[in-house]
Amino acid sequence: MTPKTLFDKIWNSHVVPSIEGGPEVLYIDQHYIHEVTSPQAFDGLRARGIPVLHPNKTLATADHNIPTTDQHLPIREVLSRNQVNKLAENCREFGIEHFGLNHPKNGIVHVIGPELGYTLPGMTIVCGDSHTSTHGAFGTVAFGIGTSEVEMVLATQCVLQSKPKNMRIRVNGRPGHGVTSKDLILYIISRISSGGATGYFVEYAGTAITSLTMEERMTVCNMSIEMGARGGLIAPDHTTYEYLNKIPAVADRHEFKSMLLRWRVLKSDEGAAFDRELEFDASNIKPMITFGTNPGMGMGIDETIPEGDNTSSFFKSLDYMGFKPGMKLLGHPIDFVFAGSCTNGRIEDLRAFAGLVRGRQKAKGVTALIVPGSKRVEQQAIYEGLVKILNSAGFELRQPGCSSCLAMNEDKIPAGKYVVSTSNRNFEGRQGPGARTLLASPLTAAAAAVTGRITDPRDLLKD
Amino acid sequence: MKFDILESACVPLPLENVDTDQIIPARFLSATSRTGFGENLFRDWRFDKAGNKNEAFVLNDPAFKGQVLVAGKNFGCGSSREHAVWAISDYGFKAVVSSFFADIFRNNALNNGLLPVIVPEDYLKYLLELINTEPGTMVRIDLGKQSLSVLPDGEPVSFEINKFKKECLMKGLDDIDYLLSIKEMITAYEFRNTLKR
Ligand code: SF4
Repeated sequence: MTPKTLFDKIWNSHVVPSIEGGPEVLYIDQHYIHEVTSPQAFDGLRARGIPVLHPNKTLATADHNIPTTDQHLPIREVLSRNQVNKLAENCREFGIEHFGLNHPKNGIVHVIGPELGYTLPGMTIVCGDSHTSTHGAFGTVAFGIGTSEVEMVLATQCVLQSKPKNMRIRVNGRPGHGVTSKDLILYIISRISSGGATGYFVEYAGTAITSLTMEERMTVCNMSIEMGARGGLIAPDHTTYEYLNKIPAVADRHEFKSMLLRWRVLKSDEGAAFDRELEFDASNIKPMITFGTNPGMGMGIDETIPEGDNTSSFFKSLDYMGFKPGMKLLGHPIDFVFAGSCTNGRIEDLRAFAGLVRGRQKAKGVTALIVPGSKRVEQQAIYEGLVKILNSAGFELRQPGCSSCLAMNEDKIPAGKYVVSTSNRNFEGRQGPGARTLLASPLTAAAAAVTGRITDPRDLLKD
Repeated sequence: MKFDILESACVPLPLENVDTDQIIPARFLSATSRTGFGENLFRDWRFDKAGNKNEAFVLNDPAFKGQVLVAGKNFGCGSSREHAVWAISDYGFKAVVSSFFADIFRNNALNNGLLPVIVPEDYLKYLLELINTEPGTMVRIDLGKQSLSVLPDGEPVSFEINKFKKECLMKGLDDIDYLLSIKEMITAYEFRNTLKR
């Protein structure tokens, strides 16, 4: 048998029939939906007069368009409230499980799927959200889809997709102290550009990847889309199984043992051919920060902004940020810090943030939005005393949601203000019209929050 | 909506990496229907904070009208929001020309009858320059022949499109109709796999 890649194994085993010269019909094991990209899909079903084929294979949560304070009160913004209510109504009508606002399992879709044990190795997973790539950390083929495709999955449990090509990115060695998995992925994207992996599905491998925890792996896979990749995945291993073993909903299943056996084949065979292979050395990676308006415009935090490629897009981008080529960002004052999102809103991220601010104080003039990725993360942060640490340093923990990551709710960064953000996109206006986003790790965000400036977190970790 | 031949003037947007947050900012995504998004297409480039027209932006330039948007490479990157495609269509565009589209955007466009036309990078450059120097330049996009040419007599360039998607566009069919028509195969797949597992 010809050796196969992990991606090919999962993909091929989910192809229903192939259309001559067309895209493939891919069977979907797990479907996640949220309030923003699903209402038109449900309308489509109603217009066609058809039901949801397998309501139990779809899970719904409200996350994008909800406030992160006073969640017990009705949502103030009428359109947002209407959209969140609509999701609840649609789920009721079509029999879909829904973890709405205030439900103890509510949270950002890519945080709750894994933590509740819905995401399992070997699955195909889709959601009307590009960061569905997050779930690839468990060795799944997971990718974002549009609303028309959400409707397809609801109606038929399938999507029509052309098969992407295979890329493997190996990261060898170990990153240094203070260098997180967020820095690792920002580094990779800065090397291959925000469109550099378009058309590919990426498998991450190498010691710097296999030594990561599940949450760190999710951060890496999450941002695959930011280099244009359809998705990213990591072969499941003992770290994966241990993580799943701690989730009762998974470990208590009577077939858990046989699932574990089945998952053993989920790796790329020796000698499997990739369409493209890249290699990086983790020891070259420093804490990263972005200086432009796409995630590919990143650099080591102590470096200077490059001269760029002389295109109008590059200058427009720097102009928007208020930066110039050759500038150093270390020491540059900032106004806001956003710690959260499906990239870095998990408990380990809050631990890292709280760990660095412990014994320090929030810098004057800095507004910090610290937003847990889910209710469970929020509860855990209270239980572990992280909230106490944050409070005594002058910070507050908000309630879970996407929040300032896309700023659909009230958590907008004002025009012209600088925000060090642990989220995944620094696009113009992403965090509010005119907002200037600098993407970084939770450690770098924490360092900025206590100093009021762009600060190398390694300097604060020393003492 | 069937797509066949389109002859139209073009609107040039010579920027690279135009992401879906620019095409339709998140704060306009609260609507639960598919219509009306055109009003807010490129909102933050078209209007200033006070809501006044930004005269310098190409959509506000009366010299440029048409149903074809010509944009720099890696168009439609970022979020999977189909609202971006709805906004472009709702505004009146029928095709977008670029040298490179983000994957999800391309799929979304095809699913909504908006034709993504992929041309070589140097041709894109040439086309953008031509439109800029001669606003009102007309192009002809022939989906059947998979070609684009500048009217009246420009050398046509061909573009790739998936055969199945092309047929769907030309016949005005959609993917869900197709998937519903193969429901038996899907059930058979499920049956095989529950046995295997
Ligand atoms: S946190 Fe941000 S990136 Fe993640 S699902 Fe929400 S809006 Fe999308």
